[in-house]
Amino acid sequence: MSDDLRAAVAAGVLGSEEQFQALLQSIVDVARAIFKAKASSIFLLDEEADELVFEAVAGEGSDSLVGQRFPSSTGIAGFVLISRQPLVIEDVLQDPRFSRETAESTGFVPKGLMAVPLLHEERALGVLEVLDRPQDTRFTLAEMDLLGLFANQAAIALDLLQRARRAQAALAGEGDLAVVARVAETLEQQRDEEDGSRASALRLLAELEKLL
Amino acid sequence: MSEEELPAWSLPAAAVERIALPEEWPGEITRDWAWGGATGAGARVCVLDSGIEDGHPLVGKVQQSVAISIQGDEVIVDEEDNQGDLCGHGTACAGVIRSLAPECDLVSVRVLGAGYTGSGAVLLEGLKWAIEQGYDVINMSLSTTKQKFASLLHELADTAYFQRTMLVASAHNMPVESYPWRFSSVISVGSHEGHDPLEYYYNPAPPVEFFARGVDVEVAWNGGGRLVCTGNSFATPHVAGIAALVLSKHPELTPFQLKSVLYLAANNVGGGK
Repeated sequence: MSDDLRAAVAAGVLGSEEQFQALLQSIVDVARAIFKAKASSIFLLDEEADELVFEAVAGEGSDSLVGQRFPSSTGIAGFVLISRQPLVIEDVLQDPRFSRETAESTGFVPKGLMAVPLLHEERALGVLEVLDRPQDTRFTLAEMDLLGLFANQAAIALDLLQRARRAQAALAGEGDLAVVARVAETLEQQRDEEDGSRASALRLLAELEKLL
Repeated sequence: MSEEELPAWSLPAAAVERIALPEEWPGEITRDWAWGGATGAGARVCVLDSGIEDGHPLVGKVQQSVAISIQGDEVIVDEEDNQGDLCGHGTACAGVIRSLAPECDLVSVRVLGAGYTGSGAVLLEGLKWAIEQGYDVINMSLSTTKQKFASLLHELADTAYFQRTMLVASAHNMPVESYPWRFSSVISVGSHEGHDPLEYYYNPAPPVEFFARGVDVEVAWNGGGRLVCTGNSFATPHVAGIAALVLSKHPELTPFQLKSVLYLAANNVGGGK
């Protein structure tokens, strides 16, 4: 990739990860405040590892949980991700498996939780959870709708974060799209060469684009 | 064409008598006609979910537990799954169904547990297997957003409908396209805020067809436990349970007729008032 091209791409990507992470943090902060909850977190699905990763945490656990991982099919978050269905549970303590395997390992055992899948287009990107809303009032469908609105916002932020990470990985020569960056770099270097291989490569790429 | 064979694609005048229905349609459909005195006995209900905890006090005996997985290109059907419930959710759905139809047969088809990757394909294969077994009702409190599965799921839903298997699926309350609940050959269910397990409403503005109890529902959970849960996931087994009651009393009903009975006996329609 030419210096100019690299600089242009980098300008679009650099710093954006931090910004998108700040947006996720803001979403969990607001979700926690609106629902008057003890904590709120966003999990990102790492498809390669088939794991859920704590990406942003507000309230209890915010110091220690970010970056922690667990298998994508376990616990309430895993079920919500796979079933694509939001779920609200009061009195989680009555589910011994949930308490033991997930909550205690994070150092915080919630009494109740709301979990909603983060869906963007046809992909499930992760899960938003709100823990321990006050249980003195009955849960309402209006709250469920509110949770859905937050989830929509969080899904867009999560999608942007993933895009930024993929672009950065490509710039750094990592990830499965790094080959595209390397090809672009080579083509850019050969721009002034008379050799016919560049033209053939461009034709091939045009065909590849049609195929995709 | 033999005398016994039913005309499948057309109806000659001489054949009208041969499609007489086994039961006279009553003048008025009431809840008492629809499921009065029914226990679910004889109805076979399948819960396509995370598994069911056999013997849970709110569930009772699970007649069969099956697990579906995919290894490479091969679909593995374990007809004697002993993993129980990997989440608690399937047990919750099963408990709701048995609370309404205590004597129905319950079969668990577990399509969860192998991780997120490939879960759409497992869901599809699980549904296919369940439909092949000819259950009366399949409860599906889950959906997929993957477009590539939409047409296959659509075909499966229609196959089920025409072979008298009623698919009852959770509607999505978020602005996303997901399947199979959107198909007209399934019954799709959303939540209302009431407390009565037999309170349900027909929705004159589909795609969500019925609203059933789905807020603050006390459900069975793993380890013999109970939880209070909210979600369309729990409204769905209420309709599945009522469908099992109706089919146990009127096993001759087709999914079209069953939907009609459910409509007529809904709280906002004549029979439910």
